Amino acid sequence: MRRNGPLALIFHTIFVIVMVAPILVVCLVAFTPEGFLSLPTNGFSLRWFRTIGNYPEFIHAFWVSLGLGALSSFVALLFAVPAALAIARYRFRGRDALAALFLSPLMIPHVVLGIAFLRFFTSAGLGGSFAALIIAHVIIVFPFALRLTLAAATGMDRTVEMAAVSLGAGGWTLFRRVTLPLILPGVISGWALAFIQSFDDLTMTVFLAAPGTETLPVRMFLYIQDNIDPLVTSVSACVIAVTMTALILLDRFYGLDRVLAGKGDTGR
Amino acid sequence: MSMAADERNARAPWALTAPALMLFVGVLLIPLAMTVMLSFHDWGQYKGIEPVFILKNWHEIATDPYYAEMFWRTFRIAILTTLLTALLGAPEAYILNRMDGRWKSFFLLVILGPLLISVVARTLGWALLFGGNNGLVNKLLMSAGVIRSPIPFMFTETGMVVALAHVMMPFMVLSVWAALQRLDPQIENAAMSLGAGPVTIIRRIIMPQIMPGVLSGAIIVFSLSASAFATPAIIGGRRLKVAATLAYDEFLNTLNWPLGAAVATLLLVALVLIVVGSNALIERRYAEVFR
Repeated sequence: MRRNGPLALIFHTIFVIVMVAPILVVCLVAFTPEGFLSLPTNGFSLRWFRTIGNYPEFIHAFWVSLGLGALSSFVALLFAVPAALAIARYRFRGRDALAALFLSPLMIPHVVLGIAFLRFFTSAGLGGSFAALIIAHVIIVFPFALRLTLAAATGMDRTVEMAAVSLGAGGWTLFRRVTLPLILPGVISGWALAFIQSFDDLTMTVFLAAPGTETLPVRMFLYIQDNIDPLVTSVSACVIAVTMTALILLDRFYGLDRVLAGKGDTGR
Repeated sequence: MSMAADERNARAPWALTAPALMLFVGVLLIPLAMTVMLSFHDWGQYKGIEPVFILKNWHEIATDPYYAEMFWRTFRIAILTTLLTALLGAPEAYILNRMDGRWKSFFLLVILGPLLISVVARTLGWALLFGGNNGLVNKLLMSAGVIRSPIPFMFTETGMVVALAHVMMPFMVLSVWAALQRLDPQIENAAMSLGAGPVTIIRRIIMPQIMPGVLSGAIIVFSLSASAFATPAIIGGRRLKVAATLAYDEFLNTLNWPLGAAVATLLLVALVLIVVGSNALIERRYAEVFR
């Protein structure tokens, strides 16, 4: 294969700079010692990170986001793991339709989902509650949990299971001692990816959150609508740090290209 | 194996998928159906939502030019964003694919990583870079001699397209990347040995083969841009409305839920038709590539 020429490398350099620039500028401005938006040209300061402490609503929103992401991803897996095993192992009527239904939250605009859930949960008397947020997030992270579990279940070596069955294992024991450990990397990666999706969602959550159940993206969005100051950049820098940590773990554990490319979508 | 085992096998997949199926019917399909129904309800400033069957909201959307203009703006922004990501993302994926192993995975991480970083944070970054007439982007473009006078980016469609293209770029790179993985590098060498120059190789060998990847990336980028909320809301401000921000306003400011539901339903139906239609077209046109 031919190598990249100088023109290609210049294009590549500019491309990468543009991709990184907005994220970098947020992180840099967060360290400004000034009282206004500026790049930290006169040394770095943590003053805007300390200022977050004076805004309990940001701290509260952070814990809401963290709890919501962890819990909804876990609940999504409780539903997704059995469904993934069924789709990976059995050929049955309606299998493709079911897989399409389970992946459909990827296709439906989040603004439509937000509206649908707002209408639904308000009629059910759950408007603005944390329970409503959990259920809604379970739906939007489900495809991510399902996809990675499905990929693991499809690529699994079934002979180990057969050996366990021949030794008398069955039902729950078989699942807990043999199947689950084998698909665990996929399940954990599915959880991590689902967590990131939940942690970052704004569009759907902005319809459902009420004061007290506002997530961090919602709190940040409402704050930015009024004014942009260094405080919101330091909060963003913290969010980026959390996501980067999850991202690096995901890459080490599973390979980011595999996660993002969504290989083995319906096991076909 | 006995017949009982066969029967159990036939039931097993349904038993395993039943909880998820019930969840999806109960809290996805029913709420979506309720939203479509809501778009046919009446609403008044003082009476609130009245559950009657009425075409008022649909009539308003069809006749008031405000909505036509807003939907046209939404789709115009989505189309421009799609073109921009295709023009820049496809060459980048190609360049990336030709890099050495370690650099390749490093830059893939750098370019795809932003996909998982909060859209609010990424758009905030653009708001900082645009920042009025003497923002960083304008200063840079002017000192490079690309433009003479500053371009207004904040609260304009130009700014929305640039920021959206950045947000959507990983999807395009990923899609073209996937197409490139199916490409046999020997074909390129064969063309070269037969005397084809670099331009001919790209035009006659590479382009036709990665086109399905570009097109399926375009469908993803288009549908996500047309329904984007955070970026248009932050860059576009309160005045420049797109479908998603308008629906948000109707629901949370004006409180005219039925009208907001009608806007959302129309957006959903339009996107489903466009996505399904172009998917079918691409699959027919490039049937041999997908086989």
